[in-house]
Amino acid sequence: MKLAFTAADEQFREEVADWLNDNLRDEFTDIRYRGGPGDEHRFVDERKAWERRLADGRWTCIGWPEAWGGRAASIEQQVIFHEEYARAGGPGRMGHIGDTLTGPTLLAFGSEHQKAKYLPPIRDGMAFWSQGYSEPGAGSDLAAIRTKAVQDEISGQWKITGQKVWTSLAHESDFVFVLARVDRDSSRHHGLGFFLVALDQPGVTIRPINQLTGTAEFNEVYFDDAVCDAEDIVGAPGDGWKVAMGLLGFERGVSTLGQQMLFQTELDEIIRIAKANGASRDPDIRQRIAEAHIGLKTMRYNSMRMLSGREDGSLSREAMIYKLYWSSWHRNLGKLAMDVLGPDAELIESGSYELNKLQSLFLFTRADTIYGGTNQIQRNLIAERALGMPKEPRGQGK
Amino acid sequence: MKFAFTDEQQMLRDTSRAFLADKSTSAAVRAACSSPERHDAALWQSICEDMYWQGILIPEHADGLGLGWVEMAVVLEAAGERLLTSPLFAVAQSTAALLGCPASEMRDLLLASLAAGNVISLAMGNQSGGWDSVGVTATETSTTTVLSGEARFVPFGFAASKLLVVARDTSNTQTLWVVDPQQGGVSVESTPTMDQTRPMATVRFERAAVASDQLLASYAEELVSDTLALSRILTVADQVGVAQASLDISVEYTKERSQFDRSIASFQAIKHKAADMMLKVESARSLLYYAACTVDAWLAGEVDRDALHEAAFMASACASDAAFFSAGCGIQMHGGVGITEEYDIQLYFKRARATESYLGRPSEMREAIACQLLDGDPA
Repeated sequence: MKLAFTAADEQFREEVADWLNDNLRDEFTDIRYRGGPGDEHRFVDERKAWERRLADGRWTCIGWPEAWGGRAASIEQQVIFHEEYARAGGPGRMGHIGDTLTGPTLLAFGSEHQKAKYLPPIRDGMAFWSQGYSEPGAGSDLAAIRTKAVQDEISGQWKITGQKVWTSLAHESDFVFVLARVDRDSSRHHGLGFFLVALDQPGVTIRPINQLTGTAEFNEVYFDDAVCDAEDIVGAPGDGWKVAMGLLGFERGVSTLGQQMLFQTELDEIIRIAKANGASRDPDIRQRIAEAHIGLKTMRYNSMRMLSGREDGSLSREAMIYKLYWSSWHRNLGKLAMDVLGPDAELIESGSYELNKLQSLFLFTRADTIYGGTNQIQRNLIAERALGMPKEPRGQGK
Repeated sequence: MKFAFTDEQQMLRDTSRAFLADKSTSAAVRAACSSPERHDAALWQSICEDMYWQGILIPEHADGLGLGWVEMAVVLEAAGERLLTSPLFAVAQSTAALLGCPASEMRDLLLASLAAGNVISLAMGNQSGGWDSVGVTATETSTTTVLSGEARFVPFGFAASKLLVVARDTSNTQTLWVVDPQQGGVSVESTPTMDQTRPMATVRFERAAVASDQLLASYAEELVSDTLALSRILTVADQVGVAQASLDISVEYTKERSQFDRSIASFQAIKHKAADMMLKVESARSLLYYAACTVDAWLAGEVDRDALHEAAFMASACASDAAFFSAGCGIQMHGGVGITEEYDIQLYFKRARATESYLGRPSEMREAIACQLLDGDPA
């Protein structure tokens, strides 16, 4: 058991830090620390340009094999990259979904045609992706998907009809991967297909969802006979669930330490304010700030265990608690920020509804415990998969 | 970076857990608690001869195994899991204190004595229960030095062949002495406690004369405070084991218990409680092994004292909460039988309560962290 990184890894860290120092400046100065959760809709063009700068330095898709333009970086190196990226104030990655979800999915399940067509533009910072899983009737119960895909018997082309929701940045993306039902008589996780769909076409309509923060990062995406070529279904028709679940397994938690770096800057800001306005003398605030500090360290060592875990990538116990832990921690931090600010937390500086960072933090962290699997779903998964407790009997429904 | 057990550490974990599953059964623990000796001397002998756990932290030149703090944590976690009622904690704590003392013939004799399986207990807690002040004074007379006062919550003090005693001298600095409990002016009283699995003693000194070769360390402020941090980490290991076992036996119970024609483990109200318990248990475990690695790094001169103390504060706050939460929820998950004498969850609940405040409450740990974060230079 050893917590220190190797000398070679530390050298890699220096390389990352130096490159970021040389490049995240000048025209990119304004986007430092921008575009994270709650701020994803901001500086989109600048952040796309930044993706191309990253690509020039071979810093996109570093976990991919070298044959596809990656660095085949080890887990440790990916962790280090995310840490240094966050430390340097690197902006929210527009290429995140392509890099960490689409790419690994195609590398594992995609055809040679799909890889050749879709991987290079992701790697080069030229194509941006979003994900189409949730539907109005399929949230926590993802297998209740109703979007359907029908294949033309002659051309082989698929036509997709239905609605996806909570699709972040769809209006700024080029493609979406869509989970849709290929067999109209199927139910649950059977009979689904995994489709690669271009967003810029007549059959796709995107509508932003206005949030409690006054901003809009998420969208509703309507498909009305949207077309998808025969070669753009990943795996066989009916394999969609397997592909989608494999995709979840690719998130090995390499970005968690970078995420924690952002959390640390938020906590530091709250501590700075508490010291300045005297809230730091309140015994309750003192306990909660200490608790937040301990929680952040706990997340770090939970992550370290997770990353040092099984080589096969299967989820360990500590990986299963991660989402529940960080989302609850972050939501508590948002409330702590308000309590440290006191009455001033209410004040909005500009006439329009432009919230400051901590106000956004407070409001948007209410989403953290919902998206990506609600805390309730997380607890079910922990109880069933880690503790072997039986599933709740399913409702009889219609 | 490999924050996972080595093969050897995993093997130690497996053998420790298997040994205790066999020897420290519910019946054995209950028998030990109600025996006049307050533990099973034969089991302790077996631990010392067959497992050699008392030697884990003792260097090889003093007949120990010369292993690290991760190994110590592994074994103490297994001990907590099985409610082990033995002087293992007391001995590990005394070893930690002695290793911080300046080299001396007496120190090496005591380490060898520990390696041989003798119990040596550390007496440092004061009369009012606080841990940052000391209840024993060392006063120089014209001919000798005498100890007076009282130390409480001395683990297994009644079974100790020697006592390590923290005392404050007339210039108000701390000193560490070794005292024979049989010597004049020293009385040891076995203290009845609500948690019977971690028996304690009260030691009183009435002008007990000590010779200069009994002085292990003078100007011992840092030694005492470091030993306190190390003792907290030892306790955290026990708490992680208690928290894990409370979760495990409670989940097992809910799987067997049927109501409304269903196993109650299938109810989300039960599952979500269990999930929250597991979240706390795994988090406490992460901080335990972080703290254990930090001790090893501190001993190797790679990190400073502040890192050691911060790790101890954090791990203690987290594990104290985890153990009490897990055992408390465990009783609730057991329903009515949870409050009976027959089921073991009550034993875990009591041990969790006892360790929660043993070396300082979680709120005190958090306040110590808050001081570090908030009471420096103003912004």
